[in-house]
Amino acid sequence: MANVNSAVDMKTPQVDAKKVKKKRSQWYEVWRRLRKNKAAMVGLVIISILLFSAIFADFIAPEGYDDQDLTRRFASPSSENFMGTDHLGRDIFSRIIYGTRISLQVGFIAVGIAALTGGTLGAVAGYYGGKLDNIIMRLMDVLLAIPSILLAISIVAALGSSLVNVMIAVGISSTPTYARIVRASVLTIKDQEYVEAARAIGANDFRIIIKHILPNSMAPIIVQATLGVAGAILSAAGLSFIGLGIQPPNPEWGNMLSSGRHYIRDYWHIATFPGVAIMITIFGLNLLGDGLRDALDPRLKN
Amino acid sequence: MAKRLIEVKNLKKHFETKKGLLHAVDGVNFFINEGETLGLVGESGCGKSTTGRVVLRLLEATDGEIIFEDKNILDYNKQQMREMRKKMQIVFQDPFASLNPRMSVAEIIAEPLEVNKVFKSKKDLDARVKELMDTVGLADRLMNIYPHELDGGRRQRIGIARALALNPKFIVQDEPVSALDVSIQAQILNLMADLQKELGLTYLFISHDLSVVKHVSDRIAVMYLGQIVELSDYNSMFRDPQHPYTQALLSAIPVPGIGKPKRERIILEGDVPSPINPPEGCRFYGRCRHRQDICKGQTPELKDMGNERFVACHFTGNLK
Amino acid sequence: MSKKENLLEIKGLTIRYTTEEGTVKAVENMSVEIAKGETLGIVGETGAGKTTTALGIMQLIPNPPGKIEGGEIIFEGENLIGKSAAQLRKIRGNKISMIFQDPMTSLNPVMTVGEQIAEVIQLHEKKSAKESMIKAQDMLETVGIPGDRYKDYPHQFSGGMRQRVVIAIALACNPQLLIADEPTTALDVTIQAQVLNLMKKLKEEFETSMIMITHDLGIVAEICDKVAIMYAGNVVEYTDRDTLFTSPKHPYTLGLFNSIPNIEEDEDKLKPIKGLMPDPTDLPSGCPFHPRCPKATPECAERTPNPVAVKDGHVVSCLLFEK
Repeated sequence: MANVNSAVDMKTPQVDAKKVKKKRSQWYEVWRRLRKNKAAMVGLVIISILLFSAIFADFIAPEGYDDQDLTRRFASPSSENFMGTDHLGRDIFSRIIYGTRISLQVGFIAVGIAALTGGTLGAVAGYYGGKLDNIIMRLMDVLLAIPSILLAISIVAALGSSLVNVMIAVGISSTPTYARIVRASVLTIKDQEYVEAARAIGANDFRIIIKHILPNSMAPIIVQATLGVAGAILSAAGLSFIGLGIQPPNPEWGNMLSSGRHYIRDYWHIATFPGVAIMITIFGLNLLGDGLRDALDPRLKN
Repeated sequence: MAKRLIEVKNLKKHFETKKGLLHAVDGVNFFINEGETLGLVGESGCGKSTTGRVVLRLLEATDGEIIFEDKNILDYNKQQMREMRKKMQIVFQDPFASLNPRMSVAEIIAEPLEVNKVFKSKKDLDARVKELMDTVGLADRLMNIYPHELDGGRRQRIGIARALALNPKFIVQDEPVSALDVSIQAQILNLMADLQKELGLTYLFISHDLSVVKHVSDRIAVMYLGQIVELSDYNSMFRDPQHPYTQALLSAIPVPGIGKPKRERIILEGDVPSPINPPEGCRFYGRCRHRQDICKGQTPELKDMGNERFVACHFTGNLK
Repeated sequence: MSKKENLLEIKGLTIRYTTEEGTVKAVENMSVEIAKGETLGIVGETGAGKTTTALGIMQLIPNPPGKIEGGEIIFEGENLIGKSAAQLRKIRGNKISMIFQDPMTSLNPVMTVGEQIAEVIQLHEKKSAKESMIKAQDMLETVGIPGDRYKDYPHQFSGGMRQRVVIAIALACNPQLLIADEPTTALDVTIQAQVLNLMKKLKEEFETSMIMITHDLGIVAEICDKVAIMYAGNVVEYTDRDTLFTSPKHPYTLGLFNSIPNIEEDEDKLKPIKGLMPDPTDLPSGCPFHPRCPKATPECAERTPNPVAVKDGHVVSCLLFEK
């Protein structure tokens, strides 16, 4: 109801300027709101732990990821190898820690590629409109028409399977999503009066896009990117699982899962722990992504 | 005679829409002398804001001339226009939407100076920003605040400071106080009047609020459906409105006072018709009390009545 | 003021919102009354508590964060506070109805206007769908819209016409009290004149009492019998219309008058009220207006003024008038 909003409007912080001296940007407000969201904080903690273990894998992992010891093949979880060992006697815990590095790398870089190319294309399409918009967005539609995992498979199949190619494949296949999101928010923002004001003072298109339009269309991109990292990790794991992604002995969760499935009837722990690792990562990213969405959504402000 | 700063001749702005050609501004003529305020009033959709934007070339005109300091700025290329922008600025209606929420007060005010590379050193730039904030009555300590933390009045001051940054000669005020509460509105109106006197500014003041327009303007133009129907000095306009639309508009304002109303209230029938493919003839025809057959077929010209009064009505002077 | 029977009496109404930043005293100790057929104007700027008062009367304060902390709202001899949801539903839209500021958002875009008017009628009167629709058409005619447009959707009407539809919905059940929250603010002056004219006419025809919430003193002069001027949740001056315009007393009221450009006279410069509206979560001590008041004394910061009757029916909350 319209009036309820106006009743709440009067409580928007008309801060007495005497009391506010420190810089309190909108990002600070977002952080403040995010902090109050317990689920999002759980997500953030999970992601932080993963990041930490990825960076310091060399120090955390008790053994190297390819240290084989055939005398202890298929060892069950114990105090020595607390996630057990695999068919080559490698310590699963160590491999999972190193795997974090690869998975997060793939996730973040693939999303980085997608957000950068998609974002630029979307911003250009939205800002200039007309024919250019039509050409770019129809191209994106073509990409979107192919199921993204199929697209990724064909890209990897064409380029060959390697870490970099997986990133590129996953990145390209999720580019259209970002192009669409950025275009939509650019379309709403380019008609704002502050954009017109910038034009009135003689700012050129480049400055308007960089200074005025992009910073204000970040919110949906951030949310999509957070959730997108989860998707990218899953896609990369999927590719590795079917043997098109990262090749053994590199400890990628997907290929660990894949090699573990042969022994799943007798040795549950080989496939279970990589699976759990994937699950927890996706879970954490989704929690954080949902929390960010709520924190960034101005309608829920205050 | 006062020097003309800007003159608009037969200005047109049409928009292509799905339903047809929208005649937002349809042959508008006016001039503004240096140091003067021309008020542009009209109801929503009459094309007053579009006029303001076309005059600044924020929107490209469909036809006409805009003579600023004796040169037609519609002939200027991008580079020349960028130079021109330093001389002509705009203050927007909505102090919420017209400030980038991701920039601090100082960043917003500094932007025109940065874009036009006015200062070489950061120190000079900061000094100018502080000076501007002082001019519009914003305390220094607000420099690092973000607009969403401020009230409407202070935000509008930021918008004014940004418009003043490049020392313009001419400012289009697009409904600058209509989003503000009356007590704040009065503060802003006074500020604008002071600035005009001190800096010798010329204003095109666009508003739907006649009492505000009357308070600030030297001369007033009344717009209806893309055209100016009456233009005169504020005194004659209010004492003796000539066009039937102006008469109705003036009489419709609720006056805060009791006793006998000074004007007989004229209640207009119906709504403003659509500006898409408007028919020939007087645009006000459908709502006019005095309409005759001639009004339907022939568009009335904006006639000079002497004493710088202009009225677009077939029966000017013959109406009661 | 003539002693007619009071339709609505508000006594000591206090409404607060609890937010993270603190408690907002939206309405403080408000007391007004409205007789049958009378129109009360509630005037104030953004955040004065006008809309909250209206929602309070309708018992529509969003809770949380809002809560009616005290006072009574006596409508037709019964206190509305404490009534059950079912009882309130019978009153809302039937005996008390409300018109909102924005005719664009207060109508449902996927229902025809006829259906929307008929809906209220069916809800409150024992009428069949067909009878309601016929009455809906009558109502449209009453507000000056051809009855055969009942099949049209809101987007097919202009702003002024939509507000007429809203008025038709509000009056459909012949309410005793109509609360109009800035009903013409979103409209152009010539359309505003049409709508005000219509409201005046209908008010007489239906003998409806009305609360007119506005920031425009011109509208008050035109349509109200009594006026309450609000500032930061407090009624600072409460009197009949003629007294307000002939001898306003409270410094805030005087400041408001000085802030409006006068259309009939020439003035060189406006004399605005200095300063800004206070932060609603952190109102000044004592009289909330004292930091902006030209006549403030040190005492104003210490003591909250009580409403004083300076004349019969003219109540001012200002220490200048307390003795």
